[in-house]
Amino acid sequence: MSTNVSAPVFDLDGAWRLHPQVSIRPERFGALLYHFGTRRLSFLKNPTLLAVVRALDTQPTARAACQSAGVPDERIGDYRAALATLADSTMICPQ
Amino acid sequence: MTSLAEPPARVGSLVDQFQFGLDAPICLTWELTYACNLSCVHCLSSSGRRDPRELSTAECKAVIDELERMQVFYVNIGGGEPTVRPDFWELVDYATEHHVGVKFSTNGVKITPEIAEKLAASDYVDVQISLDGATAEVNDVVRGPGSYATALRAMENLAAAGFAGFKISVVVTRQNVGQLDEFKAIADRFGAQLRITRLRPSGRGADVWDELHPTAAQQRELYDWLVARGENVLTGDSFFHLAAFGEALPGLNLCGAGRVVCLIDPVGDVYACPFAIHENFLAGNVRGEGGFQGVWQESELFTDLRKPQTGGACQSCSAYDSCRGGCMAAKFFTGLPLDGPDPECVKGFGEAALSAVSDSPPKPSLDHSHRGRKAKAVPVTIGWGPQQERSAPDRACDESPLAGFRPPAG
Repeated sequence: MSTNVSAPVFDLDGAWRLHPQVSIRPERFGALLYHFGTRRLSFLKNPTLLAVVRALDTQPTARAACQSAGVPDERIGDYRAALATLADSTMICPQ
Repeated sequence: MTSLAEPPARVGSLVDQFQFGLDAPICLTWELTYACNLSCVHCLSSSGRRDPRELSTAECKAVIDELERMQVFYVNIGGGEPTVRPDFWELVDYATEHHVGVKFSTNGVKITPEIAEKLAASDYVDVQISLDGATAEVNDVVRGPGSYATALRAMENLAAAGFAGFKISVVVTRQNVGQLDEFKAIADRFGAQLRITRLRPSGRGADVWDELHPTAAQQRELYDWLVARGENVLTGDSFFHLAAFGEALPGLNLCGAGRVVCLIDPVGDVYACPFAIHENFLAGNVRGEGGFQGVWQESELFTDLRKPQTGGACQSCSAYDSCRGGCMAAKFFTGLPLDGPDPECVKGFGEAALSAVSDSPPKPSLDHSHRGRKAKAVPVTIGWGPQQERSAPDRACDESPLAGFRPPAG
């Protein structure tokens, strides 16, 4: 998780939410996401990321959602990249 | 670097997770009826005639309720021709009202302009039109006279109704593999998405596999086409055996049978995958006490399939990590051992293994083909079968005084 080929553009200090057409199904490894609008499937690869995504709706910023899910500061870059991927596929969207 | 959230195209260790199964399938195929107006020569479910034991409307709705509880996001509905069920649209509406998306496969026979309008208005329904030739000449040999015109008319109706991105589903054969660009052009013309999948020797496909499956050279052609032009072409992850050519193809590149995939057949039987309608891959029935969830989560067969697999004869092959031995159903119905090479192994090990198969391959357990439309006669054998396998029937109506009696061994 060290080499950043292209730094993802994602506003950690913005307010985000789960897209209203997206369903979450928790699984042992994390969760599956399904977007009924785009008919695309995505995966959350660990339970912490699931907690982050679930916290988006109630937290003022994505950074706050990460903190509330217990993401240590030095790992926040990984989660920013993951959230950028989710935003790209409109699994999450600005509040 | 791997990201924590990824589409299936780029997954890494998720494959390892999926090997051990999920709480509910990702991709569930549900064949609603064995009835079909066509008699495609390669039909993987040997469809034609309705089975009198097919699930009733109420039973289908109960399955949908379960899928909603299990959070199965969508089902791939097929058949037979699912739209010939009188309650088909009722079931589609019921599923979408219960947050289970529907993608259904059809030959297009019922896709009138009115139905197309209705489908275009729903976010939760996707349609897949089957087409096995980019020209009527190639298509109709496999799917029957007039079937090309029927499919094209359905596509015109969907496009005219503004249904963007419906799927055109092609089973790749020796005869149509050279038409991939033409299929793509048809999809582009209708604003549709092309989906190509592998021919399996399942159902009636077993009878025509030798003549229809792509040659070794064509498999290479297909792989090169997928790498060069396969972006935005769906494959249902069905060509993962071709990953052994080199670059992995998009998808999980894993046999999902019983792990992330399964089939519910028209009578409610649950099989490990849509291409494995055979008693060896039958895990249970949705009419059983635990329902579908019980079968998915607890059946002995699925538990077995989720155990770590050994590569068997393929273990020492350099390509094993890419192809993982290929397709279970393709091996089974060509008589090959399940822990050996795929019959279409790109390293050529499949052909060698096939030439060593001496017994005739297993036959599908069920056949709902239209009577009189079968190309080949079925030999009938009368008698008790091999001595060592004799077992007296034990149903109440049996006339044998030895019903239920098994002589002690030795």
